[in-house]
Amino acid sequence: MSAFNAIGEERDIDRDEYTPGIEPQPTWCPGCGDFGVLKALKQALPEVGRSPEETLLCTGIGCSGKLNSYLDSYGFHTIHGRSLPVARAANLANPGLEVIAAGGDGDGYGIGGNHFIHTARENHDMTYIVFNNEIFGLTKGQTSPTSPKGHKSKTQPSGSAKSPIRPLSLSLTSGSSYVARTAAVNPNQAKEILVEAMEHDGFAHVDFLTQCPTWNKDAKQYVPYIDIQESDDYDHDIHDRGAAADMAQEAEESLADGKVLTGRFYVDDDRPSYTEEKQAIGEMPDEPLAERYFDEDYDWESERSYDLLDRHA
Amino acid sequence: MTDDELIWRIAGGSGDGIDSTSQNFAKALMRSGLNVFTHRHYPSRIRGGHTYVEIRAADNDVQSRGDGYNFLLALGDSFARNPQDEAYYGDEEIKPLSENLDDLREGGIIVYDSGLLDSEDVPELEERAEENDWHVFDIDLRSIAKEHGREVMRNTAGVGVTAALLDIELEPFENLMEEAMGGDILEQNVEVLHDAYELVTEEYEFEHDLRVPEGSTEEEQVLVSGSNGVAYGALDAGCRFIAGYPMTPWTDVFTIMSQNLPKFNGISEQVEDEIAAAALAVGASHAGVKSMSGSSGGGFALMSEPLGLAEMTETPIVLIEAMRAGPSTGMPTKPEQSDLEHILYTSQGDSNRVVFAPGNPAEAYEQTRMAFKIAYDYQIPAIVIIDQKLSGENRSVPKDFFDRQPDPDPGSVLTEDEIAEAAHDESGKFQRFLHDTEDGVSPRSLPGQKGGRYLATGNEHNLSGHISEDPENRVAQMDRRMQKFQSIRTELDEDHESQQSYHGPEDADYGLVVWGSQQGAVEESVDRLNDQGYSVKSIGVSDLMPYPKKEMTEFLESVDEAIVVEMNATAQFRGLTQKELGRFGDKLSSLLKYNGNPFEPWEIVEGFEAQIDGEGQTPGTNTRIEPAAGD
Repeated sequence: MSAFNAIGEERDIDRDEYTPGIEPQPTWCPGCGDFGVLKALKQALPEVGRSPEETLLCTGIGCSGKLNSYLDSYGFHTIHGRSLPVARAANLANPGLEVIAAGGDGDGYGIGGNHFIHTARENHDMTYIVFNNEIFGLTKGQTSPTSPKGHKSKTQPSGSAKSPIRPLSLSLTSGSSYVARTAAVNPNQAKEILVEAMEHDGFAHVDFLTQCPTWNKDAKQYVPYIDIQESDDYDHDIHDRGAAADMAQEAEESLADGKVLTGRFYVDDDRPSYTEEKQAIGEMPDEPLAERYFDEDYDWESERSYDLLDRHA
Repeated sequence: MTDDELIWRIAGGSGDGIDSTSQNFAKALMRSGLNVFTHRHYPSRIRGGHTYVEIRAADNDVQSRGDGYNFLLALGDSFARNPQDEAYYGDEEIKPLSENLDDLREGGIIVYDSGLLDSEDVPELEERAEENDWHVFDIDLRSIAKEHGREVMRNTAGVGVTAALLDIELEPFENLMEEAMGGDILEQNVEVLHDAYELVTEEYEFEHDLRVPEGSTEEEQVLVSGSNGVAYGALDAGCRFIAGYPMTPWTDVFTIMSQNLPKFNGISEQVEDEIAAAALAVGASHAGVKSMSGSSGGGFALMSEPLGLAEMTETPIVLIEAMRAGPSTGMPTKPEQSDLEHILYTSQGDSNRVVFAPGNPAEAYEQTRMAFKIAYDYQIPAIVIIDQKLSGENRSVPKDFFDRQPDPDPGSVLTEDEIAEAAHDESGKFQRFLHDTEDGVSPRSLPGQKGGRYLATGNEHNLSGHISEDPENRVAQMDRRMQKFQSIRTELDEDHESQQSYHGPEDADYGLVVWGSQQGAVEESVDRLNDQGYSVKSIGVSDLMPYPKKEMTEFLESVDEAIVVEMNATAQFRGLTQKELGRFGDKLSSLLKYNGNPFEPWEIVEGFEAQIDGEGQTPGTNTRIEPAAGD
């Protein structure tokens, strides 16, 4: 018998279940793109059939980290840049959970960049949503890793001398098996992409463009956007890594010119997830580890250090 | 100095198999009923550089490295750099024979490989040998090895010579070889062993008195290191998840866990950095698995923030800190106890963690188990401190010691039935962080459990985890988290055997205070000082946080004066003691050592004499006395 009966429960899930009964005072500014992520997630979760209590949402620090306050589920609001290592370990400990990590562009591509690279490389079966608003919002408008070159802010008074990081290319190179970009201003596509990302068996990275009306007043509001799957101008093969790389590069370069290319960039359905890889080499049990401490029939007696002592005699 | 013990030093080059040869030698002596203790010294290099292992064997319990050594087996260093010329690191080739030669006891034996070492490179060896009654044997071990097999087998030839000179039977060595190797390699090694043995017995005359003492231990013993103790304690505590990043000397524990966790159906993760390692341990524990991580000084520094997250979210984890000499990269393969304050206080905010420092491999086992129990019962991070010395030292421990039941208890988590009965807020969220609890421990649910959803956050939070900066709630949450300290101290004082180690006569006039890995050397020096007519006892402190106020007060009140022995330059444990107790400032002096080598018992004896009877200055340069600060 499972100790975690919220997992795999067969029932219809209402999107209202994700709305906290007592909703905390919103701290997001009016018009903030973060509301778009919340809404898309509330729509996508029931569609993939995952309830609030089988979902673990791990966030970082920043405006995006407040997502936990407005989405009712198991939540872990971690520290700046570290949502991924917390999330992926929870996934290894109990693969039955729907594990979602979320954070901002500073959180994921700056301070947590190393974790992003390695989590993608390992292809953990989870979804990672990056609220990309091309700025540090919560600390009041400093230049971020995705801010365009020349971006002026209080900490970059002469304009940034740095080119922005390329999140889609980095994701692809690092090993993500699902790479997409969507935008808060395109709610239908956002929901569809989140559904696909959660259903994908492997590391699904969604670069989510979230406009910041407070600090990026001059920034394009990601309107108009182009869906590269819908547009006649684009028809790259999303299963072809080379084509995906070219498409990613074009999307990254054109964003600064106000051309917002969104959609699926790369999908690899064949790459085994990290859990499958670990199990294949005999380094991860089939049964979720988290169940073991509640399993009265588990044979703990057969796992004693006393039985390891031959080499010490 | 006693004659009823053998301290065999095998010295050579890093990468020449000194470690494995010494392990087998130690096991052979242990199997004969002796107690053994090993001390390992090695450079921070892949290959080459002077390395040695000392094996101390006696019939009575051996707690420490001894004073010097009485048998030197000096092998060549295959990977020595700049062997002939004056070089930055000195002439490395001769070091196995020349280094610390003055520590060889009177009447001791030197065997050196004349195939690789030239005694003329050692200044006045002949005169010094005569003066100290050393018995010197130059034997071409390399040629014996090459005759039957490969040059690297000169270690085996050295063991054969040792056995002949000390009158030890070859059979235990052969048995150990058979267990470790096979085929031609085994056959060649056995030939080398016998050849060397016969060469000495047939062609050499010797009249030294040194022999291997007779062992009388009848129960089966096993040779385990401090790292083994930690890892086996963790496995038996039900730990099934580890995340780490390699760093000396922590790597030992990480390796042992990684090799054994798959056998126990657990998971080991080698990850991108130590920030990730500690964060993974937090994530796995949050989801319900008993989890650990660890590192050495620099890597532990990176863990500061996830450690604070574990404190704030009340996520149980166990971290190991295997100290080495600092600051910064310091001396990677040398022990020191200078990370104490770092471990106690690192991370922002008031620290809220449990810290234990075991004094030997058996205590490492016990206290790692205890760290898991406390961590998971009280939902608090627990840190076990070891260092390069304890990590790498091997001791014989009765095998029965490990005949224990595993502990699968996940601690203070609720079942789904219990959650259904527990408090929830108006929106149905589980009240994970209830203020009013008896011992400061609030109820805990795990993701995936029905009815248990809540928010864990590094921000200050209210009962169900929502971010809150309300002053009243803040104080209530802080006070509850801090209350756990008191509850843990009470449990350690009242429900368990003390983790402090006491040694010497209870009514002694003087005290030695020690923490962690130097305990054995201090206890041995206590015996010697009492033999010399002093009245001395010691306390080896393992509970560092929460601090054992009651025990320490009693100990310090009972003596006229006490010396705190520790391996750092700023008397960190003495500082902690004065901060915690707020008194005894005029009673506590310090004996400090931070040259990269652990204390030898004679240094503590001399330090004691200098402080109590002398001018307060140690005769040597290896140690330093820091006088009492006064009240």
